[in-house]
Amino acid sequence: MHALIQGVILGILTGGVYALMASGQTLIFGIMKVVNLAQGAMVIMAAFLAYQLFTSFGVDPFLAIPITTVLMFGLGVILELLFLRPLRREDKSELSLLVTFAIALLIEGTLSVTWGTTYRSINAGYANSSWTLWGYQITLVRLWAFVLSLVALGLLFWLLNYTRFGRAVRATVQNPESARLLGVEAQWVSALGFGLGAATAAAAGSVYGLLYPFTPGSHYDLISRLLSIVVLGGLGSVGGAVIAAVIVSTSSAIVAATISPAWSEMTFFVILILVLLIRPQGLFGNVDRGAI
Amino acid sequence: MRLPSVLRGGVFVAVLVTLPMLGLQHWFLNLLVFVLMYATMSSAWNLVGGFAGYPSLGHAGFFGIGAYTIALIFKDHVLATGYEPFLLLPLVGLVGALIGWPIALISMRTRADVFAIVTITFLFVVQTLAFNLHDLTGGSQGAALPIAPFPASTFELPFYYVLAALLILTMGLTFATMRSKVGLSLVSIRADEDKARGVGVRTIGVKVLAFSVSVGITAMVGGIWAYYQSFIYPQFAVDPLLTIAIVLMTFLGGRGTLWGPVLGAVILESGQQVLTYQLGAVQLYLIVYALLFLVIILLLPRGILPTIEERLRLRRRRRRTDAAATPRGKPTPSNEPDPASLLGGGAS
Repeated sequence: MHALIQGVILGILTGGVYALMASGQTLIFGIMKVVNLAQGAMVIMAAFLAYQLFTSFGVDPFLAIPITTVLMFGLGVILELLFLRPLRREDKSELSLLVTFAIALLIEGTLSVTWGTTYRSINAGYANSSWTLWGYQITLVRLWAFVLSLVALGLLFWLLNYTRFGRAVRATVQNPESARLLGVEAQWVSALGFGLGAATAAAAGSVYGLLYPFTPGSHYDLISRLLSIVVLGGLGSVGGAVIAAVIVSTSSAIVAATISPAWSEMTFFVILILVLLIRPQGLFGNVDRGAI
Repeated sequence: MRLPSVLRGGVFVAVLVTLPMLGLQHWFLNLLVFVLMYATMSSAWNLVGGFAGYPSLGHAGFFGIGAYTIALIFKDHVLATGYEPFLLLPLVGLVGALIGWPIALISMRTRADVFAIVTITFLFVVQTLAFNLHDLTGGSQGAALPIAPFPASTFELPFYYVLAALLILTMGLTFATMRSKVGLSLVSIRADEDKARGVGVRTIGVKVLAFSVSVGITAMVGGIWAYYQSFIYPQFAVDPLLTIAIVLMTFLGGRGTLWGPVLGAVILESGQQVLTYQLGAVQLYLIVYALLFLVIILLLPRGILPTIEERLRLRRRRRRTDAAATPRGKPTPSNEPDPASLLGGGAS
């Protein structure tokens, strides 16, 4: 029982970070109908950036977030302009997937050449300090990571619901044609939306680097987790992604605590397959989004 | 069946058979073995990804299943002639197809992008299993197979010929598919699945069949690969890069054509082998690969063969309109591919 509750606590805290990554991915799908397989690679890239800032200049990964976020936002916009915009509309959904896969490999290759393929980790001074509450251990890093994710998600929520850009984004998600008719510059919403997705990856990446050791190849682990989260939440639904992230990460932490860490990876796949069998549109997905 | 296609096929088979008799060096034969592996897998992927328009990213999972099937069967065996694993290849193909069948039934309820998600997830499932089921696969320590008892001077030849036969079989299947109702059904699924079902195409049966055959062949190649390597690790037996390689080759050569995947495999695999030996750095080749892929998709979204074919057709049409005495305005080259080209008929 103790292990179970400890697993739940761990799962919820980690779920916040995954919610941040997944919210960007599901946002990109909502706007562009593109399943971004490079989301994991962008997270790892941000982790490496935070690592470099920490080792070279001693910048704390949490403080590095504004820098990496801006950098990754720019990179996201550039990637969209270069590789996704030129795709022809009729085969966009099929090709965009392959394009984002190729972008993921490009990022992986670049990271491997720059930093090598050995495991890196960011050893901040507070990495190992923790609190004990009623016998349950809460590491400080995870708690901060959770708080930061909440703040970032709150910012995203504000951006989407209380700004002009956010209104344009939501209009595009709901009905691209009408949005265009009403004067929304769909092309720019796409570019900025992809940048925004990359920015959430950047914020999550700093934290990910603090929590886990990583290599350029780590994005393969991330991408399957992210896919199961966004499909469970319903592709395109940011709120759904947040709830799904907590569900998925909690259940995998429980499996790790009660069965074996080696099988916790399997939880993601089982959830994904079950969702597709029972409710293919996910928890909060829209059936006529065209994907399923 | 028209004469040119028979002729082309005959020349291709003759080249395949005589090529190794030219006294080639080992590194070149090794390269040919890998080119054949990728050509076979790309052709197989083309059946479901090219014709039916279901971009599977999970084929590497079936490659791994084939590899571990052979590894499991021959784990503690001593081979007498060395040909036993080849004789069991049909069984490996059957295993792959049988696993692929329910996977297809489930995953093909979804379309394009979600289908790709499901299949890539399957790939990671197989990878996780390969790492975790220590008793069966040896986990991350890898699994050893008996070393093929072929003489060193002609070591590659048996693998070469088995793969060549498998490639010819796959291309024969593709050819037969293109000339039959199955091919038309697959192409109609790619064009508009709901309409196809509406007019009475048995969409589910046809696409599940195409998927099973496709992954069965992929599993067989995996089996040959495992035997050729004689020691396999989970990260190479179930490698996402393999998936992207065969997709890339098919896209480069031309989806839904007979020769496109083979052409793509010849260009990319020989290029890759040269790059890895020249540059040495695996990471650099990852970058080159990804960039190449992006450039191909942006510049040649339909692949080499269909692009060439369209050029030829346009030129022919222009000549015809020039020849016609009464020019009815400008010849309007339409961008819509005609039904024949959708099936890769004509020049390919």
